[in-house]
Amino acid sequence: MKDTRIPAGSAAKIDTQSTRARGGVVEKAPTRAAVRKRIPKRWIVPTLYIIFLLLPIYWLFTMSVKTNQEILSTFNLWPDQFTFDNYMVIFTDPSWYRGYINSTIYVVMNTVISVGVALPAAYAFSRYTFLGDKHLFFWLLTNRMAPPAVFALPFFQLYSSVGLFDTHLAVALAHCLFNVPLAVWILEGFMSGVPKEIDETAYIDGYSFPRFFTKIFMPQIASGIGVAAFFCFMFSWVELLLARTLTATEAKPISAIMTRTVSASGMDWGVLAAAGMLTLIPGAIVIYFVRNYIAKGFALGRV
Amino acid sequence: MTTLEMRNVTKVVGRETHIRDVSMTLERGTLNVLLGPTLSGKTSLMRLMAGLDAPTSGQVIMDGTDVTGLPVQKRSVAMVYQQFINYPTLSVWENIASPLKVARRPKAEIEEKVRHAAKLLRIEKMLDRTPLELSGGQQQRTALARALVKGADLVLLDEPLANLDYKLREELREELPRVFAETGAIMVYATTEPAEALLLGGNTATLHEGAVTQFGPTLQVYRKPHDKLTAAVFSDPPMNFIDVEVKGGRVWIGESVTPARGSLSGLRDGGYTIGFRPNHLYLTPEEAGPGHIELEGIVAVTEITGSESFVHADYANCRWVALSHGIHEPEIDAPVRLFLDPDRFFVFERDGSLVAAPETKAKAA
Repeated sequence: MKDTRIPAGSAAKIDTQSTRARGGVVEKAPTRAAVRKRIPKRWIVPTLYIIFLLLPIYWLFTMSVKTNQEILSTFNLWPDQFTFDNYMVIFTDPSWYRGYINSTIYVVMNTVISVGVALPAAYAFSRYTFLGDKHLFFWLLTNRMAPPAVFALPFFQLYSSVGLFDTHLAVALAHCLFNVPLAVWILEGFMSGVPKEIDETAYIDGYSFPRFFTKIFMPQIASGIGVAAFFCFMFSWVELLLARTLTATEAKPISAIMTRTVSASGMDWGVLAAAGMLTLIPGAIVIYFVRNYIAKGFALGRV
Repeated sequence: MTTLEMRNVTKVVGRETHIRDVSMTLERGTLNVLLGPTLSGKTSLMRLMAGLDAPTSGQVIMDGTDVTGLPVQKRSVAMVYQQFINYPTLSVWENIASPLKVARRPKAEIEEKVRHAAKLLRIEKMLDRTPLELSGGQQQRTALARALVKGADLVLLDEPLANLDYKLREELREELPRVFAETGAIMVYATTEPAEALLLGGNTATLHEGAVTQFGPTLQVYRKPHDKLTAAVFSDPPMNFIDVEVKGGRVWIGESVTPARGSLSGLRDGGYTIGFRPNHLYLTPEEAGPGHIELEGIVAVTEITGSESFVHADYANCRWVALSHGIHEPEIDAPVRLFLDPDRFFVFERDGSLVAAPETKAKAA
């Protein structure tokens, strides 16, 4: 009897111990759960925001790898029939890929002209005082306040009469109206951060102005040039109205071609989506390269 | 013999006159200090000497040739600024070599000169770094080395040590004249501190509101300033002044009347201004010596710097500073006995020109 009792008692003891132990666990459990819960809570808002931002891009991507039939008939998150045919259309059909080439040509031309013209202008604004310099600087900026549509008609008429219509140069020059002031403004901020004494030291050392400007000065504002070029590139790349008005066939940009995809068989959704995906790529690449410079630009109070 | 001559140089910017009719001749191998407070025109004058600015009127003549309108690139000038100015995108080596590279000197010569300059200024270990990775003192040494390698006829140093800490400043101040003396250039050194001018020696030009009030050997300018302005500029803390009346061998200083002694003796009757340096305003009669003048002033402020005290006191509407050794802390607004030594007086006419200066004891001894 004794033998059986003792184990029973000990069992009971063990029981209470285990419940106590369990109780301990129960006490700890909510805190651990809270820790586990806190991490997702912190991420809820950003996650929702990122989904919200990326949803259209994701949708565009899935559309670009679906067939037209699937796009129009079913609602699904991932294509049943994964296809690159839409992309192949763009890469093989000159009327499509010419659009990208045209866009790239005038965008690069515009960026080079804008930054090239803005560099000396910004230098003048940052280094010299002359009659009405502040007014002129402000007036340059006001050019950006007008919507491009305002200038579409005069540009069309002007370029038609001087034979610039439907050339890459026409679009590049038209975009300069908006990009040169912006580039001047950005570069002026960066240049004013370089002490004037550096210029003078270079002259004292014997540098001529052009040599000083290219060898000493431009490397110092390299990030500013990068930021200015980026903004010129982006504006020119996404601007549709002027580019479309000033071109017909020879220099037609991709964004204009994309708006004319209605064929006899209806809208070509898949190809349009593929074109959209490809249009995003250059911007993404450029942003990747200048992302650090833009942060610097913000720190300098411009951009 | 290289000389730089400024002939009636005036610079007007807008409605302000930055430099007022400056004429002076600087000679080769000399160290010339431009001494004056902030905004007195030291930098403006240097910029005119360098050719960075063109004078509104007057001529700058180098070795007998008029270089007034000549761009700075064509002149033999080197300049070092108060801010540490280097090319941040180039290495220290390239920074120092830059004037030689622009002049298209042979590579071996560039290498040798850069090494030599870097060694003199003790930055030979930093040559591969960029200026922004260096300390302030090393950055300024880089700028100095660049000025040195050029071997220019005119070396302009615009408060080169003002932004350095005390120890580095002393060290470089000692090295600088020695380093540039080898090149035989005309050295011009701007400073706001009278003590720095005295330590550097050479010649000193005192500036006041764009005008050179006096130019000559530093000690001479210090001991026998032509006028009140020069004396005021060349004294730190500022010189004490008071208007006095001399009549029949007696002097009226405020309300006190004493016999005219020391610098005051033998003056014609009339009104004068006397000036004396803060270290010649004493708080005890023993320091002032025999023949002292005793006045009673009111204590305004006391500043104590380690072992010295600056006691600011008011006497007859004048604020004076007494520099005395040891720690004195008189109560503010309390009367204080002040002792003057008439042997130490600078006596000026009311229009500012010097009548009598104290005899220098150093000379006598």
